[in-house]
Amino acid sequence: MSMNNQGRPTTPPSNETHCPPTHTGNKALQIEEALIFEQGDFVGTGVDFAPPKGLTPRLGGLARDAAMHLPGLSEPEAMRHYVRLSQKNYAIDMGPFPLGSCTMKHNPRLNEKMARLPGFAHIHPLQPTSTVQGALALIDVLASWLKELTGMPMVAMSPKAGAHGELCGMMAIKAALVARGEAETRVRVLAPESAHGTNPATAAQCGFKVDDIPADKTGRVDLQAFKKMLGPDVAAIMVTNPNTCGLFERDIRALADGVHEVGGYFYCDGANFNAIMGKVKPGALGIDAMHINLHKTFSTPHGGGGPGSGPTVLSEALAPYAPVPYVVKNADQYGLVEKRSQGAETSFGRMTAFHGQMGMFVRALSYMLSHGGDGLRQAAEDAVLNANYVRVLLAQEMSQAFAGPCMHECLFDDGFLKNSGVDTIDFAKAMIDEGYHPMTMYFPLVVHGAMLIEPTESESKEELDRFCNALLALAREAKRGNQEKFKGAPLHAPRRRLDETMAARKPELRWKPQTAEYLAAE
Amino acid sequence: MRYLPLNDADRAEMRDVIGINNIDDLFADVPKDALNPTLDLPSHQSEMAVERWLGALAAKNRTADDGPFFIGAGAYRHHVPATVDHIIQRSEFLTSYTPYQPEIAQGTLQYLFEFQTQVASLLGMEVANASMYDGSTACAEAALMAKRVTRRKKIILAGGLHPHYASVTRMNAELVGCEVIHAPANPLKNAEESDELAALIDDQTACVIVQNPDAFGHIADLTPLAEKAHATGALLVGVVTEVVSLGAIKSPGEMGADIVVAEGQSIGNSLNFGGPYVGLFATRQKYIRHMPGRLCGKTVDAEGKRGFVLTLSTREQHIRRDKATSNICTNSGLCALAFSIHMSLLGEKGLRTMATLSHEAAIETADAVAAVEGVELLNKSFFNEFTLRLPVEAEPIVEKLAAKNILAGVPGVRLWPEDDALQNLLIIAATETTNKQDIEALVRGLGEVL
Repeated sequence: MSMNNQGRPTTPPSNETHCPPTHTGNKALQIEEALIFEQGDFVGTGVDFAPPKGLTPRLGGLARDAAMHLPGLSEPEAMRHYVRLSQKNYAIDMGPFPLGSCTMKHNPRLNEKMARLPGFAHIHPLQPTSTVQGALALIDVLASWLKELTGMPMVAMSPKAGAHGELCGMMAIKAALVARGEAETRVRVLAPESAHGTNPATAAQCGFKVDDIPADKTGRVDLQAFKKMLGPDVAAIMVTNPNTCGLFERDIRALADGVHEVGGYFYCDGANFNAIMGKVKPGALGIDAMHINLHKTFSTPHGGGGPGSGPTVLSEALAPYAPVPYVVKNADQYGLVEKRSQGAETSFGRMTAFHGQMGMFVRALSYMLSHGGDGLRQAAEDAVLNANYVRVLLAQEMSQAFAGPCMHECLFDDGFLKNSGVDTIDFAKAMIDEGYHPMTMYFPLVVHGAMLIEPTESESKEELDRFCNALLALAREAKRGNQEKFKGAPLHAPRRRLDETMAARKPELRWKPQTAEYLAAE
Repeated sequence: MRYLPLNDADRAEMRDVIGINNIDDLFADVPKDALNPTLDLPSHQSEMAVERWLGALAAKNRTADDGPFFIGAGAYRHHVPATVDHIIQRSEFLTSYTPYQPEIAQGTLQYLFEFQTQVASLLGMEVANASMYDGSTACAEAALMAKRVTRRKKIILAGGLHPHYASVTRMNAELVGCEVIHAPANPLKNAEESDELAALIDDQTACVIVQNPDAFGHIADLTPLAEKAHATGALLVGVVTEVVSLGAIKSPGEMGADIVVAEGQSIGNSLNFGGPYVGLFATRQKYIRHMPGRLCGKTVDAEGKRGFVLTLSTREQHIRRDKATSNICTNSGLCALAFSIHMSLLGEKGLRTMATLSHEAAIETADAVAAVEGVELLNKSFFNEFTLRLPVEAEPIVEKLAAKNILAGVPGVRLWPEDDALQNLLIIAATETTNKQDIEALVRGLGEVL
């Protein structure tokens, strides 16, 4: 061991293979962190206010007297709490986040800066429209981009997330059926078995019965089976394109024609629009409605599970039923139609209290303006190129579910793990130890032990090479029968594998105050 | 293009590896005539250019900071500590996904567990979910949940429910075959409304949905209504559009509600022209398997250490598909985080002070404007929002005051356009941000334009 002249070692001691536990449970930069309820008290606060004046309250005798058990942390305590928590999360800013069908792309910080301009962040949804002309203009411009990219005549901006957009589209279809006097007879919605769970759930929420369309052996909708299912009781089909196997539905026009011939509508799930933005306008393929996830395709941050935003484009046939509110332009002035009585008599109604996810609109438009039409098309091409590059490299050791090129995501099954004793979940958890967020696992349901990888256009070739090399090494190791590394994984994450069964069997959804009164009530 | 790491040399090399000559070989399944359409869109721009363009649009809006501001009706201007916005912009929170891999998402999961606890305590309930899109959609989900719990189909909406919440709820409930009864809006008082609502409850009623304070600002004791609902097996759903009010007045949970939903925007989140916001949803422990939305629960890992996971997902769409409790697939994660950070800073003490200051600002505003000739204050009780009856239609008055740089409140016509009796009403909100100069400007302005 070399030392400096004070006797301080300047090289580490020789190989330390043993890793003894620490006294604190901390592991260097990974700090164990208590709940706020275990560290704050119920009398402290981290916010200073001017003292109240002591006016006589006018609360109708309903003042809240009982304790609320809400701890208050000082500012440094709060800062440290949340920074420590943050360090237990994986994030796109740390590395690839290859969740298929989730489109985890780079979130530009310009978007964040723009959304925080007081002119967008500090305006109220019920201000007189004369005082928010810039905001209404922004919504109108974003709408025009979405209409141009999809080739559709109308877009409902208010849906709050992708599933909310699905609801919007299906409500428009329901309203159109009511107007045709066919709401009672058209009760079935057809959706492929590879569909996102939101599709059947949305259809059910609109009062429809859902029938699964089987997949063919290429991973696409089985056209012959689909045709047999059509009939006068069909309200709509809900098809994701590109689909959740990462494949373009090459029969999409036949699907559209088929459902239109029997008088139904075509709902297209636009969750995977990132693969085709600027490359194909869905309006040219015969669709009637499609939501767009601004938090996938247009880079607004996923934020650990929301907020999303799901503007929904509508065809001429469905446009009259679009929800209120929407922006209108008269000469140089923008206005809002907020009620049916303002000239929107056929609107199916209102989806949310206000005008939609304005904060997300600003971010999405900032992203679109930055890319331009040319950049958006290039982004889609790069997303597809990256996915196919990963597909070809990984196919050396892993089993591709369906032969041939893919769109923005590539799908593998667990065939390559056969007889290895390693399951899809073990493989995914071992990726965590290698420093990567796992791919989407066990979805879509049409493939056994599915692994769905969506690299997006945000990854460099070098990053993809490193990622693929890590997965190839893991695949070879699994095939060699080194189960131990997989079954115990993750070994190096802030937590080992968590017991989900216990969580569901005896749900504990909150911290409970440890007072005698509360414990007695338990 | 600054967001795309690949260069043309990379692309060429990758095409070779894949074995294609042209990128469009990968789009071979797309109908030929639909591929590479003409796009009538501008080309890519520099960061500076985008910033200038959007900055110019933002500058066309009159913000809440630009002068006296008294607008509420479901979204409120409060001061948010700088710490909140700093933390939610950390990469690990901002750019993470739904915590489907809990071993590397304990940060998100722990704050959700803390958030659920804070929300349940604040709303006076036993359990809360990990948030909804906003208050109005949470309200609609509460109606659907009441239908599932009671297996009944009649939904009663109080007249004092925010009319936009009522619209959203009615539409969602009617789609699944519910009968929706909406009591008329009564701006004068809602103490009697409690009796009128109670009279509508029968053995087919799934729930009564009542807002407190109501859309006119009145505060009511919900206890008698809860008792009447429970006597027939119906649920009481409490709605709160100004969550700061719960720092001053009894929560719906304490007054017997079975489900409480709220708009959480006031804590931690900006006005944002209506979104994103954060819907709060809480209920009793016995109903958790009927709840919509994500839930985070406590568990242990393979070494026995405490950890958190998403749980009870057998209610959710990705498992149950058409049998799910809701089609919801996202919560309002980052807004819930903002709420939770702000609430952790406030604590009970800070929340009570913030509520008291908002209430006092409203008292001072109400007394000052009620002294203006021809203006009548309709509320005996209120928290931070109250209703005035003006001698003339309110909307033109609001426009005239806006021209004087005063955002005076919400005219009745904006919320109830079909109801002629409400056209002279002006709903005014104040918060801890309202100061003496703001109130004086409003009083002076009203005097000038009336």
